Amino acid sequence: MIAIEDVSKRYADGTVAVDRLSLQIPNHSITVLVGPSGCGKTTTLRMINRMVEPSGGTIRVDGEDIRSRPVNALRRSMGYVIQNAGLFQHRTILDNIATVPRLLGWSKQRARERAAELMERVGLDPAMARRYPYQLSGGQQQRVGVARALAADPPILLMDEPFSAVDPVVRRGLQEELLRIQGELGKAIVFVTHDMDEAITIGDRIAVLRTGGKLAQFATPDEILSSPADPFVEQFLGADRGIRGLSFLSTRDLELDRSRVFPVGSDWREIAGRDPEGTPVLVTDADGKPLGWADPGAWDGDLADLEPYGPSFEVGRDSLRVALDRAVLSPTGLAVAVDASGQVLGVAGQETVAAAIRVARQRRAADTPQETASASAKAGR
Amino acid sequence: MNGFFDIPSDLQHSYGGLIAIHLQEALVPVLVGLLLALPIGLLCVHYDWIYGPVLWTSTVLYAIPSIAFFVVLIDYTGLSQLTVMIPLCLYSLVVLVPAVVDGIRSVPEETNAAASAMGIGLARRYLQVQLPIAVPAIMAGLRVAVASSISLVSVGALIGNQGGLGNLLTTAQLYGRPRLAVTSVVTTAALAIVIDALLVLLRRVLTPWEPPSGGAAGRSGAATTAEDAATRTPEGAS
Amino acid sequence: MNVLDFMQSFFSDGSQWHGYDGIPQRVWEHVQYTAGALAIAAAIGLPIGLVTGHTGRGGNTLAFLATGARALPTFGLLVLMFVWLGLGIVPVMIPLVVLAIPPVLITTYEAIRTVDPAPVDAARGMGMPEAQVLFQVEVPAALPLILSGLRSATIQIVSTATIAAYVSLGGVGRYILDGLYQHNYEKVAGGAALTALLALLVLVLFWAVGKVAVSPGVRTRRAA
Repeated sequence: MIAIEDVSKRYADGTVAVDRLSLQIPNHSITVLVGPSGCGKTTTLRMINRMVEPSGGTIRVDGEDIRSRPVNALRRSMGYVIQNAGLFQHRTILDNIATVPRLLGWSKQRARERAAELMERVGLDPAMARRYPYQLSGGQQQRVGVARALAADPPILLMDEPFSAVDPVVRRGLQEELLRIQGELGKAIVFVTHDMDEAITIGDRIAVLRTGGKLAQFATPDEILSSPADPFVEQFLGADRGIRGLSFLSTRDLELDRSRVFPVGSDWREIAGRDPEGTPVLVTDADGKPLGWADPGAWDGDLADLEPYGPSFEVGRDSLRVALDRAVLSPTGLAVAVDASGQVLGVAGQETVAAAIRVARQRRAADTPQETASASAKAGR
Repeated sequence: MNGFFDIPSDLQHSYGGLIAIHLQEALVPVLVGLLLALPIGLLCVHYDWIYGPVLWTSTVLYAIPSIAFFVVLIDYTGLSQLTVMIPLCLYSLVVLVPAVVDGIRSVPEETNAAASAMGIGLARRYLQVQLPIAVPAIMAGLRVAVASSISLVSVGALIGNQGGLGNLLTTAQLYGRPRLAVTSVVTTAALAIVIDALLVLLRRVLTPWEPPSGGAAGRSGAATTAEDAATRTPEGAS
Repeated sequence: MNVLDFMQSFFSDGSQWHGYDGIPQRVWEHVQYTAGALAIAAAIGLPIGLVTGHTGRGGNTLAFLATGARALPTFGLLVLMFVWLGLGIVPVMIPLVVLAIPPVLITTYEAIRTVDPAPVDAARGMGMPEAQVLFQVEVPAALPLILSGLRSATIQIVSTATIAAYVSLGGVGRYILDGLYQHNYEKVAGGAALTALLALLVLVLFWAVGKVAVSPGVRTRRAA
């Protein structure tokens, strides 16, 4: 647990980077500091490992004032990841990762064994061990940066805009990787970003800071999206926070319509006769996997004439946001719901999703524990 | 003045006259060198493969002592100022060509692309876009070249009083008057510092877009380029 | 007769190859002057350059000192030291060291100062002591540039050490000066060729040192 208590940072020229900030950063969770440039988020992070000394207030780790320990010992007990990774260009990947264990006095052999282990953990090909940083892509370098920070198994990980310099696709992969590693290791991670989407994706709790280093809101992503503390947070979230908030609502209880799903070989004339309006039906193969949409009155059974069903969503894993998105994209206005094996469970229209949102909201009003809601939905995005 | 400025008549020049000769012998070669370095540098940027050989040649030329150069040239140009100025001009190229090349290469790719996109032709682009941006690097090279040139002119004294203020050095020994040597060294150093200050001033005038305070770091940074450039080897160029 | 003919007759003269005025002896003297001056210049320039580059302070003072050192005329300084201190190695070493310090000092300072700040920040953030940050992170990355400064200084010393002959010392400058006074152009051309050869040797030497000492992971930075 990192306790930031009434901490300020004022510079000699009078600028205030952080203004009387108090935050409790719990163990085994990712706390994101987010805000526009000049909000003091990086300064706050760097005060935790004393790269910046506060001008007032106290920071404690597990109750102990961080100033009570020698500064380098303190830093070696915290992993530190920065933008562009900051790898040592003259050292191999393996030796980069082995840096902190070597500083802690481990033997070269043991430090390298540990480094090899870490490479695997962050999803790096062991063949890269002897390469130099310039031979790696930006995303790979950042993985090395994370591995290097984890090498001595510190309980705390400080990450300063670690994924800001890579392209969105790679960033996405790195975020998922971080969540996976966090699921295995359960560190206390402090993560700085200026990207609200990233904050929502990876944060268990988000501290929104405003220019001048003041705390605007400190809450779970779900809470921040559903009830921003003030107009600043609301503006920072952007215009689509309502839809983004759906990310935290599960599709598990969505009422799916099974009456429009038929396997190949059904009696299409009979089906068309039941519904004179000719609404489309979803055709599945013998295993229940979706094939496409058809108008039962006009379709002659040729699979090539089926209307493509587009992307589907997985019930339970995907959020209501995904379900709504699929419904919007679907040619029939109906999203195809599948289970983990890809079998169709039913279809859902935009109205069905809207009804589910209303139910979820009511349930939340009745005080459902939000931690579990956000935690279960997180995996689905 | 106790013999500091009492110039023996066999030098055939007053104190001021020696300064004028010294400056002329030092600055004309660098100026010619600059005029040569601008097109050579552009060629080296344009055709990357000639930069290596140009550097090799100039480094070897640079390593040949000035006095040897002077002696060899006496056969062709006699005991004249030209004999002193030709080697100095060649030396200046060693510093100036890499300075021009680095300067032009320091132009951001986007700037070049923007210039082409606006339909600015090659010649125009060189004169109006690349050269102005290259000015800080070129000026840094110029400062090193000028300082070195002012220092080297003195050696010309060894080939028959062609060394400007350096002539005072040989005279000092000839007549056993050490004060003349002091005059020579102090005046030469003062000249170098004054000219250097003028070049810094000129750079400020030529590059009003560079912040003067931040320029301090930038200037010395570019000076490295010139120091380094003096003996850059081809493998560093590629 | 052109310069190449002079050189050929100089080097083919068997009497040039032995004795106190023989080529091996003169080259050895030249190497000693060069190594001595470089060692002193490096002993002064490297530590100051490393510390100022690491702290990032004192850059303007350094630039000022370097300008001053460059302004001092090498030949003038030699004559002045000679008339003040008389014959000996010291009057030769002083101008050579003054000549070599600016490239060593300024290049080292700039090389360290312009090292990518991200790895340095990462090293500090991982709890690396300052001395290790300098010697294990900054110096390895700055090494190619630091070496180029030393190389530049060495070439200038090799070329300029010829002036030692002016104050009655040896080195290959002996041939150039003697040739000048004796109007023996063979000697002048031969001495010049030896200097150029020594310079080439310096280039090769520094290339080899760079190959061995610089990590293959370090990319050559373009100075600009």
